[in-house]
Amino acid sequence: MGLRTFIQGWPVYRQLTGTDPLGRGAAAQSARSAALTARTETADSVARSVCPYCAVGCGQRVFVTDGRVTQIEGDPDSPISRGRLCPKGSASKSLVTSPLRQTTVRYRRPYATEWEDLDLETAVDMIADRILAAREETWEDVDDAGRPLNRTLGISSLGGATLDNEENYLIKKLFTAMGALQIENQARI
Amino acid sequence: MPDANSLYGPLDPAPDAGWTDARPRMGFFTDTSVCIGCKACEVACKEWNDVPGSGLDLLGMSYDNTGALTANSWRHVAFVEQPAPAGHRTPPFAGYPTAAPASATSAAVVAAGTADDTGTEPGLPTGDPVAAARMAAGPEFLGMPGSQPPGRATGVAERTDFRWLMMSDVCKHCTHAACLDVCPTGSLFRTEFGTVVVQEDICNGCGYCISACPYGVIDQRKGDGRAWKCTLCYDRLGAGNTPACAQACPTESIMYGPLDELRERAAQRVATLHERGVPEAQLYGHDPTDGVGGDGAFFLLLDAPEVYGLPPDPVVTTRDLPQMWKRAGLAALTMAAAAVVAFVGGSS
Amino acid sequence: MAEAHPVGFQWVMEAKRRGAKVFHVDPRFTRTSAVADTYLPIRAGTDIALLGGVVRYILENELDFREYVLAYTNAAAVVSEQFLDTEDLDGLFSGYNTDTNSYDQASWQYEGQERNSGGEDTGKERDSAAGLEHESHGVPTSGRIRRDETLQHPRCVYQILRRHFSRYTPEMVERVCGIPQERFLELARAWTENSGRERTGALVYSVGWTQHSVGVQYIRTGAIIQTLLGNMGRPGGGILALRGHASIQGSTDIPTLFNLLPGYLPMPHHADHETFDDWVGSISRPGQKGFWGNSRAFAASLLKAYWGDAATPDNDFCYGYLPRMTGDHGTYQQVLKMIDGGIKGYFLLGQNPAVGSAHGKAQRLGMANLDWLVVRDLFLIESATFWKNSPEVATGEIVPQECRTEVFFLPAASHVEKEGTFTQTQRLLQWREKAVDAPGDARSELWFFYHLGRKLRERLADSPHPRDRALLDLTWDYPTHGDLAEPSAEAVLREINGYETASGRPLSAFTEARDDGSTAIGCWIYTGVYADGVNQAARRKSRHEQDWVAAEWGWAWPANRRTLYNRASADPQGRPWSERKRYVWWDPEKAEWTGYDVPDFEKNKPPTYRPPEDASGPDGIAGDDPFIMQSDGKAWLYAPSGVLDGPLPTHYEPAESPMRNPMYGQQANPARKVYENPVNPMNPSPPEAHSDVFPYVFTVSRLTEHHTAGGMSRTVRPLAELQPEMFVEVSPELAAEAGLAHLGWAHLVTGRSVIEAKVLVTDRLTPLRVDGRIIHQLWLPYHFGTEGLVTGDSANDLFGITLDPNVLIQESKVGTCDVRSGRRPTGPALLDLVADYRRRAGMTVDRRIPLVTTDAVGCDDAAGSTDQRSPEAAAGEKRGEDA
Repeated sequence: MGLRTFIQGWPVYRQLTGTDPLGRGAAAQSARSAALTARTETADSVARSVCPYCAVGCGQRVFVTDGRVTQIEGDPDSPISRGRLCPKGSASKSLVTSPLRQTTVRYRRPYATEWEDLDLETAVDMIADRILAAREETWEDVDDAGRPLNRTLGISSLGGATLDNEENYLIKKLFTAMGALQIENQARI
Repeated sequence: MPDANSLYGPLDPAPDAGWTDARPRMGFFTDTSVCIGCKACEVACKEWNDVPGSGLDLLGMSYDNTGALTANSWRHVAFVEQPAPAGHRTPPFAGYPTAAPASATSAAVVAAGTADDTGTEPGLPTGDPVAAARMAAGPEFLGMPGSQPPGRATGVAERTDFRWLMMSDVCKHCTHAACLDVCPTGSLFRTEFGTVVVQEDICNGCGYCISACPYGVIDQRKGDGRAWKCTLCYDRLGAGNTPACAQACPTESIMYGPLDELRERAAQRVATLHERGVPEAQLYGHDPTDGVGGDGAFFLLLDAPEVYGLPPDPVVTTRDLPQMWKRAGLAALTMAAAAVVAFVGGSS
Repeated sequence: MAEAHPVGFQWVMEAKRRGAKVFHVDPRFTRTSAVADTYLPIRAGTDIALLGGVVRYILENELDFREYVLAYTNAAAVVSEQFLDTEDLDGLFSGYNTDTNSYDQASWQYEGQERNSGGEDTGKERDSAAGLEHESHGVPTSGRIRRDETLQHPRCVYQILRRHFSRYTPEMVERVCGIPQERFLELARAWTENSGRERTGALVYSVGWTQHSVGVQYIRTGAIIQTLLGNMGRPGGGILALRGHASIQGSTDIPTLFNLLPGYLPMPHHADHETFDDWVGSISRPGQKGFWGNSRAFAASLLKAYWGDAATPDNDFCYGYLPRMTGDHGTYQQVLKMIDGGIKGYFLLGQNPAVGSAHGKAQRLGMANLDWLVVRDLFLIESATFWKNSPEVATGEIVPQECRTEVFFLPAASHVEKEGTFTQTQRLLQWREKAVDAPGDARSELWFFYHLGRKLRERLADSPHPRDRALLDLTWDYPTHGDLAEPSAEAVLREINGYETASGRPLSAFTEARDDGSTAIGCWIYTGVYADGVNQAARRKSRHEQDWVAAEWGWAWPANRRTLYNRASADPQGRPWSERKRYVWWDPEKAEWTGYDVPDFEKNKPPTYRPPEDASGPDGIAGDDPFIMQSDGKAWLYAPSGVLDGPLPTHYEPAESPMRNPMYGQQANPARKVYENPVNPMNPSPPEAHSDVFPYVFTVSRLTEHHTAGGMSRTVRPLAELQPEMFVEVSPELAAEAGLAHLGWAHLVTGRSVIEAKVLVTDRLTPLRVDGRIIHQLWLPYHFGTEGLVTGDSANDLFGITLDPNVLIQESKVGTCDVRSGRRPTGPALLDLVADYRRRAGMTVDRRIPLVTTDAVGCDDAAGSTDQRSPEAAAGEKRGEDA
């Protein structure tokens, strides 16, 4: 920055020489203010998404900079929501970036009073072992009359209704194939 | 040169503030007759502007747990429960076995400014029933009968009429903004859109603006010391976007646009409501000849402004500044003259 | 609607701007009431009485849209003379069996079809929530139905309806609901005046309707009104269910429900569906009319999608692999079984039953008695921490050092960290793009289940057990991508859509489904979502670039139709009922159906088409029968079968009520599902003694600022601060009566538990005058629990478990309680307080709740008598005489 530019950027100089002698507008604008732009304009990418709260299905635009969500707002193109969001939808950025979000596996041993850490791969292996054991112990091949049952009643599941259709499809398919019948969802509640 | 109305009277503020390339003046028209009190505006504002939390207190003022506009709440939805007729609508409790109303509680909505620690100065009213009742009992709260704590009224009158008013309040972006006029650092400034913005990189936390605001909007943030308020999303405006609150508003209660257009739309809406049997519909802050030269953010209300906690006749606190300056200037001249005289006299 | 679905409510405000009148019925004055034209406070649990009053108003004043009713409904059908109404039996229908507390539906049938009901043992259907299968279609009927087009026959549906609802007078509405007659009439007038040829009215309901012991019948009553008024299948009309979760519609379409397979195919029952033919035959009988006639193809295609090459016509497409139901395996039954130690492992996938399900204490005690629990969620919710931080830990009922449950908490990916489709409330599938990677160990359910399945299959690869074939033969070869090996959601969606097995070509419509193994379809009602190999759910054509139907935004099932049964928007001849309300119509020149929407009708079937005598499937539907998923093409005012608790809705009191039913001797739904279990005592209701121990009615619902059990809102600061504390709303009158102070504490007591809350005294609640007495109602939000930024006692802890018989959904919108000023006791003293209430209310362990409370003809033996002669026996005798 040359001296001349520096001086021209000086509010008092601008106030005395410019159109804003009272120094309340153009002359008072700081360099930061002059350079301001909406972070949505400079985002690296925008994902077209849908609000995860109620079932209205409001369109969301998810703005991402440096791999982080920087803004989630209504999608004006949506014929359902016309760009609008309720307080919950408007809080989506805080939801997905919440410092309270748990991002590591937690494990509570039987009779323990505190959580422990656990490796994700290990956790999935342990769960697989337990499924097979529960299935083994509780398997029912046929009923009293010899009719097929093909099932275990030792395993239950209750899913939320914010899961994707694709997820529900795999959940139902896998549980059904393993004979687990007691698969339920918020839709029952 | 500054307009004759630079400090008082009708004015287009952006050109007056030296913007040779001023944009049409932008503002908000908040139509409270379609507000559903969802508070999307409050949240959308916080999300966009990274406004910190404003405390986790149940205030007992109907569904308002924000309490007031503060440094940490730039939009505030007021809720007013009123035993008043709701215009053309059927009285909700006609024919039901009701006794006297308890609505005094929600009148507390209008009285911010006491104790609870919320991270802002001043904090919020405590959720104290006695205080709520006391606040509700004052003569300034129209349509708020009763000084009894809720549920304790002994009156025999049945309550049949009832309405629940909601209003999203915000900085008014006055034509004559006293906060801006008194700001000694040039932190508060008038943008090319005619809005009033605090520049966080300039503000030194002197707090002059706080007492200057006729609406009690601008506020100091605890621990930070600087003054904060609605910027009308200056950054979004620059990019041609709608402010976050108006974009989110599900029912178009908050409308954003060129102020001239908004004023036309508002006049039409009032006329429509009057036709539909809502005579109480009235505009607030739309009039360029009022004490602040009209607001950049104005409202359609369904009751007197006081009911919503708005001053009925706000006046820019710097209205008399020119006269003060004249007097001050005269005094200075007199002093200078006296000094000259003294000097001259002394030398003689 | 403004309260829980604010953005959807913009359309109501839009309609209001154009002159629509908005009526709001709710126990409490909400943000919807604030902008409605008329608000009607109602006693929770009495909606059928109100709506029944509207039905009567329509029929007595002949305000039905007669042309529509005659042509498009079963109003003219003649019902069996064996049918006895609630008018005859003091609140029961014919066919009630006191042994099973369920109905034999034979006598409900159309004349001449008494042996065709398929509903002889509805206790079994209740246990398997069979009503849910009918979310997309009615039950089968067969043969020619006798009709009386004059509607004068005393046993035609129209006249049966008149008689059934004859006692739902404005006076009765006032007596039952607490709604003054004039206010009721204002509603009835507005509704009827704004329906018909030129105008339509819409009915909107939320979960407040489904969570009742008569929930399905609530909705049935709404459907009867909307059908009588000609508001179905027409623009501006309909019944709009506002569902509360992003993809809760999807969760029933592609169910993770024990009794359903994708596309509303029933999960097989061990006794009824031993073979593939049994199973398919139960879905649609040979010769079945309507689109469900193709169910064999849908069923075969699903099995083909599951088991691929292993599934062949010769082995019935591996039908034998499917697990079988033997009764009720629903979530509440599971929880009671957990308490008894009968379940080893439990998965909670984005669900928080410790707060969100009825009877929170039972939920938590159940979780504390598992071998292992897997919780997958964004946050450490109450259901993950019950062993260290729950009301039962405070009372000593759960001692961490003695609680054996092994808990795995696996962090889940959020909606922006994965791609996939939601199905929203309007049956609309919308694809979400992924924005960012999930943090740390967070993964999608797709990732978790794909890799879990992969690991299970690896472990079992050499298994000699036949039971493992189903896992090993499963098609489980989804492509993965990225460092984390995330499975392709598009590949799964493609399988859901279905494809030709030989070529892999994605199918375009479910009419392409075949029963010979040449097609594989994961969910037949979704066929078309991947038509032409294009993800139709990802379509995002701006609303500015298309018409108001917006058919190119996302994809709606079935076949991208936005309004179901829209053939009904045209008259029998195919002409719009009115120019104002034109939507879909017959174009005689092009000989096809056309309009703004995709016609919900065979495109080239003319209005004049009449099916041949022996026609089946879609061919059996006439050109003027718009309700094509029904076996007779008609909307059912009267349901001869399929609804387990009666062919017509009847007002019953909630399972817990301070009132004797003013309408009938029968107090509550006699077919409701009850669980007699020590952990689940229900507060007494008349005619049982001691109901006065719990004199108040309470109801719960949502606040705009929170979401369900709070896992996605109490954890989010800008939401938590807007409603930071648990509270209870009471009227000034109740506050005076119970000595409650604004912002003071109160505690509420039921036979299950006691919770505390801050008191909000508000004019938004009102006492009601009901059957000569004053009833006070309290309202609570149900969002609070022990975790998160803001915490509080959980309202769902107050409820017991009683279920609707059709769908096994709990009654958690109304119950009785006592309310007292001050905070609740803590520790063991809390248990003592509840025990004391139970003692005072006579809720002893050996108490049995009387399900039948009338001694009407035909069931005079039911209430406590040792004589086992049932009303069914009475009806049977009558049949015998007639024969």
